[in-house]
Amino acid sequence: MDLLIQLAIIIVKIVVLTFIVVLPLVPVSVYFERRFSAVIQDRVGPNRVGIPFTLLGFKKDFHLFGLVQPMADGLKLFLKEDFTPDHVRKAFFWLAPALTVVPALITVCVIPFGSPISIFGHAEKLVIADLDIGPLFVFSVASLSVYGITLAGWSSNSKFPFIGGVRSTAQMISYEIALGLSIIPVLLYYGDLNLSKIVQFQADNGWLLLPFWKNGQLGHTDLNTLLYWIPAFIAFLIFTVSIFAETNRMPFDLPECETELVGGYHTEYSSMKFAMFFMGEYAAMVIGSALIITLFLGGWSVGFGLDASIAKWEVFGIGIGGFIHMGCFLTKLIGFILFFILVRWTVPRFRYDQLMKLGWVVFFEAALINVFLAALILAAPQLKTVIIGIGSVLLIVLTFAVIWVAKVSEETPKVLRA
Amino acid sequence: MAVVKLQRPKLNFGEKIYFGALIKGFFLTMTHAVKTLRGKSVGAKELASSGLGVTMQFPEQRWDSHMPEYYRGAPTLVTDEQGRERCVSCQLCEFICPPKAIKITPSEIPSDDPWAKVEKRPLEFDIDMIRCIYCGMCEEVCPEQAIYLRKDYLITGLKRADMVHDKKKLYEIGGTRVGLVNKWNELK
Repeated sequence: MDLLIQLAIIIVKIVVLTFIVVLPLVPVSVYFERRFSAVIQDRVGPNRVGIPFTLLGFKKDFHLFGLVQPMADGLKLFLKEDFTPDHVRKAFFWLAPALTVVPALITVCVIPFGSPISIFGHAEKLVIADLDIGPLFVFSVASLSVYGITLAGWSSNSKFPFIGGVRSTAQMISYEIALGLSIIPVLLYYGDLNLSKIVQFQADNGWLLLPFWKNGQLGHTDLNTLLYWIPAFIAFLIFTVSIFAETNRMPFDLPECETELVGGYHTEYSSMKFAMFFMGEYAAMVIGSALIITLFLGGWSVGFGLDASIAKWEVFGIGIGGFIHMGCFLTKLIGFILFFILVRWTVPRFRYDQLMKLGWVVFFEAALINVFLAALILAAPQLKTVIIGIGSVLLIVLTFAVIWVAKVSEETPKVLRA
Repeated sequence: MAVVKLQRPKLNFGEKIYFGALIKGFFLTMTHAVKTLRGKSVGAKELASSGLGVTMQFPEQRWDSHMPEYYRGAPTLVTDEQGRERCVSCQLCEFICPPKAIKITPSEIPSDDPWAKVEKRPLEFDIDMIRCIYCGMCEEVCPEQAIYLRKDYLITGLKRADMVHDKKKLYEIGGTRVGLVNKWNELK
């Protein structure tokens, strides 16, 4: 009986968190993308589709700011002809769209959405699987989505999708290294890989990028924590940019760049199969922002030492603190999605060699040096002054050596004509 | 002629590191966004925007009053101040029409008509608005000043037959036009 209740709770959590919280965020972010990009470009954007009251005999339609537009788009994609070209390899062609959506949705399971909700004294964590290897699990599963793109490119059996697929593979591999290395200072700081515990730690002791409270009280931060802000910020930069590259978002959307590759890996796809790629991309964006928020920006925590008291709020024996924290998390998530969109409409696409250079020459080295910097700052209180001095000198020498090597190895462009 | 070698501009450190340009870009896009939301985009007033960007939201707002004098809308037939239909069905417009949108069936004017000396008038005059490309060549070629491009731009229909303007419809849109050369009038 106990087991059955446990199972029921898990299923409810999966259904609610994946299909009611995360999946609707995909159309919402599509809507935001369209409206925000329109506003940036002095346009209006989709503002018409709403509830058609005139069809029911009323005087006026209810426009809802066009919020129903994604639904209309989805319906359109459902009703379109699902065309499979003759020259494709059918099995992989059908498998690829699923392979891009599924990893993005699996990674939802380790993201903590809020503080535990207590129902009649029974505390229930707002995370599907409270794994002790949170970020590693996300990386390992999320990197599977490259199979979807690569298989789509290969099985389409035509040149542009193929180039898109190959590019995607190279890009994913290059940025996964920076992604993994940049997160090491963060994990050194928390000393834990469990995302729920990481967020709890941030709620108590200040977010990684906002360390201005300790043990629930404002302004008790020590110098060391403040100093740690520097490697944390570098890690944040590298991690965010790498997430952009991982999710194939705009400055790095080489696998599907319209100007060069028609549509990239999804050129040959239509109807719902195309929609799956679309959904996978946006779901990856949602999960990526969720991960950034969880690691760097305090996850569900409201911050400023307020979390402990909020978690205790109760209405009729049901703790509503968890829901408030969930709302906070979703607000942060939408804020970060808006940032993703702003970046997309601001930064032009990189050239392919620039992308590779940025990944291998800049971010890889910067992340490595950042690990040493973080370790030095973290270990400083236990070390003698001499050792700290030697360490920092070594670090500076190492930094300059890396910059020098990067500069020397850079080929000077040959003059083509005298 | 000596070859002039152009030196590419050398980027300084700030330009190479790229972040300054990124921040500038964010400011640029956000300025546009804020201006759009406040309805103060560049050119919003001249384009009579709806208050969001420079866009005029069509069915509610029309650009009719902003249309320039030289706007080329639907081709129409006109009558003059004497109520005479000016077309003499010479079929020049039919022959010049690049997409072959015009179809004229000529007919004779009976001898008891006051304008009998004009001799011909169209029995049928159809312009297929699906084919029409609004080039204005019919207006240019007409020796009788009978066909004019008016400012009507909302040509819609539920079926193909709706989109063919017949003679009655053409005169209805065209209306009367005054101040034309009346070469068929009696000499004073």
